[in-house]
Parts: sequence; C-alpha cells; structure tokens
Amino acid sequence: MSRVWKFGDHINTDDILPGKYAPFMVGEDRFHTFAFAHLRPEFAKEVKPGDILVFGRNAGLGSSREYAPEALRKLGIQVIIAKSYARIFFRNLVNLGIIPFESEEVVDALEDGDRVELDLETGVLVRGGERFALRPPPPFLLEALREGSLLDYYKKHGRFPGE
Amino acid sequence: MGMTLAEKILSRKAGREVRAGELVVVEVDQVMVVDSIAGSFFKRLAYLEATPRYPERVSIVIDHVAPAANLEVAKAQKEIREWGRKHGIRVFDVGRGVCHQVLIEEGLAQPGWIVVGSDSHSTTYGAVGAFGTGMGATDIALAAASGRTWFRVPESVKVVFRGGLPKGVTAKDAALEMVRLLTAEGATYMAVEIHLQDGAEALGRGERMTLANLTVEAGAKAGLVVPSGEILDLYRVPDWLYPDPDARYVREVEIDLSTLSPRVSVPFYVDNVQEVAAVRGKRVDQVFIGTCTNGRIEDLRAAAEVLKGKKVAPGVRLLVIPASSQVLEEATRDGTLLTLLEAGATIGTPGCGPCMGRHMGVLAPGEVCVSTSNRNFRGRMGAPDAEIYLASPRVAAASAVAGYIATPEDLASLPQEEAHV
Repeated sequence: MSRVWKFGDHINTDDILPGKYAPFMVGEDRFHTFAFAHLRPEFAKEVKPGDILVFGRNAGLGSSREYAPEALRKLGIQVIIAKSYARIFFRNLVNLGIIPFESEEVVDALEDGDRVELDLETGVLVRGGERFALRPPPPFLLEALREGSLLDYYKKHGRFPGE
Repeated sequence: MGMTLAEKILSRKAGREVRAGELVVVEVDQVMVVDSIAGSFFKRLAYLEATPRYPERVSIVIDHVAPAANLEVAKAQKEIREWGRKHGIRVFDVGRGVCHQVLIEEGLAQPGWIVVGSDSHSTTYGAVGAFGTGMGATDIALAAASGRTWFRVPESVKVVFRGGLPKGVTAKDAALEMVRLLTAEGATYMAVEIHLQDGAEALGRGERMTLANLTVEAGAKAGLVVPSGEILDLYRVPDWLYPDPDARYVREVEIDLSTLSPRVSVPFYVDNVQEVAAVRGKRVDQVFIGTCTNGRIEDLRAAAEVLKGKKVAPGVRLLVIPASSQVLEEATRDGTLLTLLEAGATIGTPGCGPCMGRHMGVLAPGEVCVSTSNRNFRGRMGAPDAEIYLASPRVAAASAVAGYIATPEDLASLPQEEAHV
C-alpha cells in the first residue's frame, strides 16, 4: 500500500527543494532530507518508498533544478499524479524515471493520507473498493521509461526514442 | 497554413517541415551549464561514458553562487575548472556574470540558433531570435553528449506589444503585464512569440531580454522576439527567421505600451501583478537591483537616475549586482557606479546574487524585499515568510529611498526629511 501525499496547485521547485538546500550547497548525501522543508517539514522524515505524490495544476513550475525531483526519487517516489505539469519538471521526471501521470479526476478524488495500490503496467489505482484508471504517458516517454529513464535509453541505444 | 517562428526554427533544424505537436530530434548550437548543477551534469556524462560531442558548443558559467559561499560550493567549482581544462570546455569564472547575460555578450546565442541551458530563464536568448529553453541536468548532459535534443514542437501564443512606453514605465512593467495576462500556466509547453509594432520596435536588446526572460513565468518553452530594430543592426538575421503572416496561434494578446503604468508582482506568485499604487507604502527592508532580468547597464542607469542626489532610507539596504563584468565596467566608466555608491548602495560580484536565496542578501523571517529579479515564490530568497515584490529598477530604487514601495514620482511628494535628500 502506498500513502498519498497531496499538495495543491502551482507547487514550484523552490517548494519541492529550496535553493539553499541544493546538493552543491549541502552535499550530495543529504540534500533530499530537505524536500518540502518550507511547505511540509515532516514530509522527508515520514515519506516511505513507494508513496505517491499528488499535485494540482502546473506542478513543478519555476526553476529547472533537476535535484528537486531527484530528492523525491532519493526518498523513494516513483510516481507522481498531477492535473497538469510545468514543462521542464515533466521532462526531468521522465529523465529520472519517475512516472508522471496526469488526471484531473483522480487528483480530485484522492485525499491526503489515502492508502492506495497502483499497478504501474495498467495504470489501475485502487483505494478500498474504488478503482480509478490512469492514462499511461505518451509512447515516446513510455519507451524511455521502459529502459528505466531517458538517460538509460540513450546509454543503451545511442539515440533518442523514435530517432 | 503558414508557420510560427518556433515552427520555422525547428523545421530548419530538423531538415523537414514540422508542425506544432510533432516530436523532433534536432542539433543544438549551444549548451549552457551553470555551476549549481555542474556536478550532476558531470555525473550523468560519466554514467553515459561520454564527453561533449562538440566541445566548442558547450559553456559553463560560474554564477549561481559566485564567489563560493561555503566549502561544498568551493569544491564543486574547483571540479568545474578542472573538468573544463581537461575537456577543453569554456568556463566563465567568478565575476564574469549571469549566464544569460554572458552568453549574449559573448555572441554564444545567435538568431535562429537553438540554445539549451540548465537554467529556466534560458528563454532569454529569444531576445535575439534564438530558440532558448531551460532543461534539467540530464537533458543538458544528453544534449552535450549527443549534440542533439528532443522537443515537442510547441504551439505558439502571439503577444503583440504596440506603441511606446510612457516616461517612467519600463520593459519590466510590460513583461509583468504580459505574465499577468497569460497567467503562470497560460503558455505551458508553448512558445511565446513576441511582436513589437507601431513604435515598440525601438525596444533595445536588453529590454527584449527582459521580455523573453519572463516568458518562462507564464510556463513558456521559449520566448521568441521577432527580430526588428536594434537586433537587425547587431546581428546577421537570416531572412527565413520570421513567422508567416498566416501562422496559426493558440491565442493572441495585445498590449498597448502607451497605456501601461509601473507594475509590481506581489508574493507569492509571479502572475500576481498589480499596479504599484495597490501596494504603495509597504515597508521595505532590502532592495535588490540585478539578475538576468534587470541587471544590465540600462537598468543600473535607470536606478542611478532615480537615486542621484538622494540617500537610501535608514534601515534599508540597497544591493546592486551588475549582470556581468562588462556591465560593471561600463557603469564604472560612465559614473553610474559612483552615483549608486553615493546614494548608499553596496555593490556585489556580477552573478545571480541573492535571487535564489543562497548568499549575498538572504532574507530573514518577516523581511520585505523589492527585487528586480524574476521570482517571488515563498522562501525563494530565504525565510519562508519573507516577502519579495518584483518590480523595475526605477521602482526598486525609489522604494530604497522612500523606505517603502514607491515610484520615483512619489518621491517628489515626500517631506524633505523623509526623502533623505
């Protein structure tokens, strides 16, 4: 079972990891412990690998800092569900191998603290007796995610998907 | 159906006609890496067992925490210098300036180029007709290793600026108005194509940089200013680098520059833009003039014009950080610097300064800062409850003198002792 951590609209990358806690400020070994340090200080201590982050609209706007989603990955986040994503954040998620699902309906239905089960292959999310269907990411990105991340895809094939 | 500027550039690079929505893999002309993610960039290249495919197309700029603020940063920056030497990669070291300003000054962004940078404000290169866009460390490493990157060809929003700016109103005010109209997500995944018409062509390169810079605050992938005016004198602009008259846009927005008044972006969202009158009188602790948005010579001159013969209010600190060494040199030569110093400003090393809250002006709890930068997110410059008001250099300078948010015009009505003349 995964715990749902739900946040609002327009959560920016300064919220996810404030600039002063960048790895090159505090070290590669501990920057992730400052995830959501301003917005939700208990998050980094309480989050468990496999938990699911839920955002509203325009998730991850602002700075291109990939270490923001990287902090989340280090904390064991493999899946994010949002109503919509800011562009650079979306690319960074795919590059890091975090799956970015998009769904207004599921975001509205989920509550913070919910316990859910998500089948990554089918995109079926179950909460108690309820089932929700998440649409998989576009084929180009799925191809990359199947190899782990876009970085892994390029390393293996020496080209980008579809090239 | 005609093509947008974004479609033109990406088609040219793809070697075939591509339209919004298509995926393309294209060569990039310049890859820009900043100090704060250089370590991740090196690690990803090492993971790929690759080095930059075209070393001359890669630049690293030490600007985000320059000079080093602590031991971790010092080690990271040492690695940058060593790595640069080893692989023959250009490194612009401490004091050269903010990445986007430096690349423009060095001619490393040209009309029709694709420039990818590990900084979201890489949209700034659109000022000269380059398709500039921000990416994370992995995308940047892949671009350096392969010489290419992938894009979804963006739809475009057309923003037309018409007429001339009234006295006392600046490109920053126009840019903030654009973000207000588009909203923080109004151009997500899209290019903002900026047309300057009916007098607005007079906006110079620096002012165009301010406009293109802030397009990312509306979510834009690129902010392309259609070449005109000064750009045609400064650059060789290819004749294909114009949108077709019948290009298809998702949305068209018009802004009449002659009707604008000074604007301010109110915490904690950049698109929360209001007229200065709405927040006039708000007490100020720190004023910061600088960054890739407004740290150029014309910005420093505008501030100096307001500050000439006046003093910064007691209890207020005024930080001026030129966007580059070239800007600092020019400000020194023409007397701008002395005017700023006489008014009570302190000058910092060219670079990003306190924009992202790491050094050189971090805000304490409850403090209020008027900044010429580009983001006023919660906690951006320090304490989570510190407030950042984004404004033009003129409004920033006037606020420093008044001790509260004000325009230069407000200063005239201050009592003598309050104006600190």
